[in-house]
Amino acid sequence: MTVTKQESGPEGSDDEDDMPGAGAAAYTPSPRRLERERHRRARARRATAIAALSTLVTGVVLYFVVVSAPGWPRTKETFFNGEYAREALPKVLEGLWLNVRLLLVCGVAVLVLGMLIAVARTLRGPVFFPLRALAAAYTDFFRGLPLIINLMIVVLGVPALRLQGVTVDPVWLGGTALTLTYSAYVAEVFRAGIESVHPSQRAAARSLGLSNRQALRYVVLPQAVRRQVPPLLNDLVSLQKDTGLVSIGGAVDAVRAADIIVGRSLNYTPYIVAGLVFVALTIPMTRFTDWVTARMDRRRAQGGTT
Amino acid sequence: MSDAPLLRMESVRKTFGDSVVLRDVDLDVAPHTVTALIGASGSGKSTLLRCANLLEDVDDGAIWLDGEEITDPRVDQDAVRRRIGVVFQAYNLFPHMTVLENVTLAPRRVHGLPRAEAEEHARELLERLGLGGRAGEYPDRLSGGQQQRVAIVRALAVRPRLLLLDEITAALDPELVGEVLDVVRDLKGDGMTMVLATHEMGFAREVADQVCFLDAGVVLERGTAEQVFADPQQERTQRFLRRIVKAGRL
Repeated sequence: MTVTKQESGPEGSDDEDDMPGAGAAAYTPSPRRLERERHRRARARRATAIAALSTLVTGVVLYFVVVSAPGWPRTKETFFNGEYAREALPKVLEGLWLNVRLLLVCGVAVLVLGMLIAVARTLRGPVFFPLRALAAAYTDFFRGLPLIINLMIVVLGVPALRLQGVTVDPVWLGGTALTLTYSAYVAEVFRAGIESVHPSQRAAARSLGLSNRQALRYVVLPQAVRRQVPPLLNDLVSLQKDTGLVSIGGAVDAVRAADIIVGRSLNYTPYIVAGLVFVALTIPMTRFTDWVTARMDRRRAQGGTT
Repeated sequence: MSDAPLLRMESVRKTFGDSVVLRDVDLDVAPHTVTALIGASGSGKSTLLRCANLLEDVDDGAIWLDGEEITDPRVDQDAVRRRIGVVFQAYNLFPHMTVLENVTLAPRRVHGLPRAEAEEHARELLERLGLGGRAGEYPDRLSGGQQQRVAIVRALAVRPRLLLLDEITAALDPELVGEVLDVVRDLKGDGMTMVLATHEMGFAREVADQVCFLDAGVVLERGTAEQVFADPQQERTQRFLRRIVKAGRL
């Protein structure tokens, strides 16, 4: 495939760029080029064959290692039971809808809060010291605190306070905990983006008479956000699967739905189903992230500054 | 040059850590004149321009713009910068904005011009500098010379009283230098007051009404272009110019 690309590229331009007269004759590839391409094709075929063979061998070996394991028949029954899988799938999908909604709401909240914290950390001047210190303390704390502990404190601790008018709904509380942790991550991503914009951009903006705030809003932030799209999407993929953790508070999401069936049947197949469903959900997002990253790299390689 | 100076610097001193970058610099720039700052790299030319635009705070001394002391800490710095245009060596265009957006940003956001009016003025200026067809392009699609001309248009769009040009041809390929210098020549014809730091000695000699030779943060010699280039008094100036001539830059 690469061969055809190489071939059509120079050939097409040759025909157009050549001076009249000099290049009147159509281009014919030299024997040297044909020989090179033959060699490349042969090498590519050999590489494909080797890859296919080694994959096959690895697969067969793995299969026999697993199947010949002494506990395999029992494991197969407990983890890969078709009947339980069929029973669990609709319930798990129903629960997954909650994960998706959580992702959407928390995703938006995380982006807004993360941006506010990042901007707070870049504010200058003594007036803003408390804000700056608070934002720094927040990111330090929530980036270090394990998410699962944060969730347990919020989901189990807040209801224990019996506060008037504060929800005890594990979905809302779980979402709050997720937002608290992920905002800290995302704030750091934004801050790195802000700091990656060259000071000369700010200088240019200020020299035009823009205030510090205007320079941030119109010149620095748009460039910072654009550059940080790949790491941001990465964090969102991560958030997507961590929404499964709200199940520890009892919210019936995909994981909890599987949990319920497992508790009743003592068969672990529903967990496998839930896991695969999450994987299926994250793959499109991961591919999208890769695509965006590749596109930005390409633009940068072409001399753009994204 | 009997007019009251548009820009006046008196005993300006600027240090970065232990190194003294500007030492007792005095400078008077009369309206509608061109002042060229020449001197080796690191002699303080760029820092002098950055101080004039308040991008750097001076350590000592004072600067006046139009008779107002702009180094007074009570002065609104944004308001001062609005009256001064700056063109940088590396263009510093905003890469996420089109040419037109680059040019209209300050007129719209700082001066509050309606979009249509800002764009009309911007297109006029772009047309004049031979960039009429480029309004919708992003900076990375333009050549260095075109980018630098856009940067000049951007600085002019706010109708500044004073234009500071910081080695604006230093990053350009030799064949692109001419198109940018032509623009500066035109601006001089329009009566724009300019201070430029430059390594283009031939150009400085041609357009400058006043030439200042900086050496280690001191204005060592100043005068008309003819005085400084044809009959330098200081030994260091003579040596600097001899090196330039040897390198074929004059």
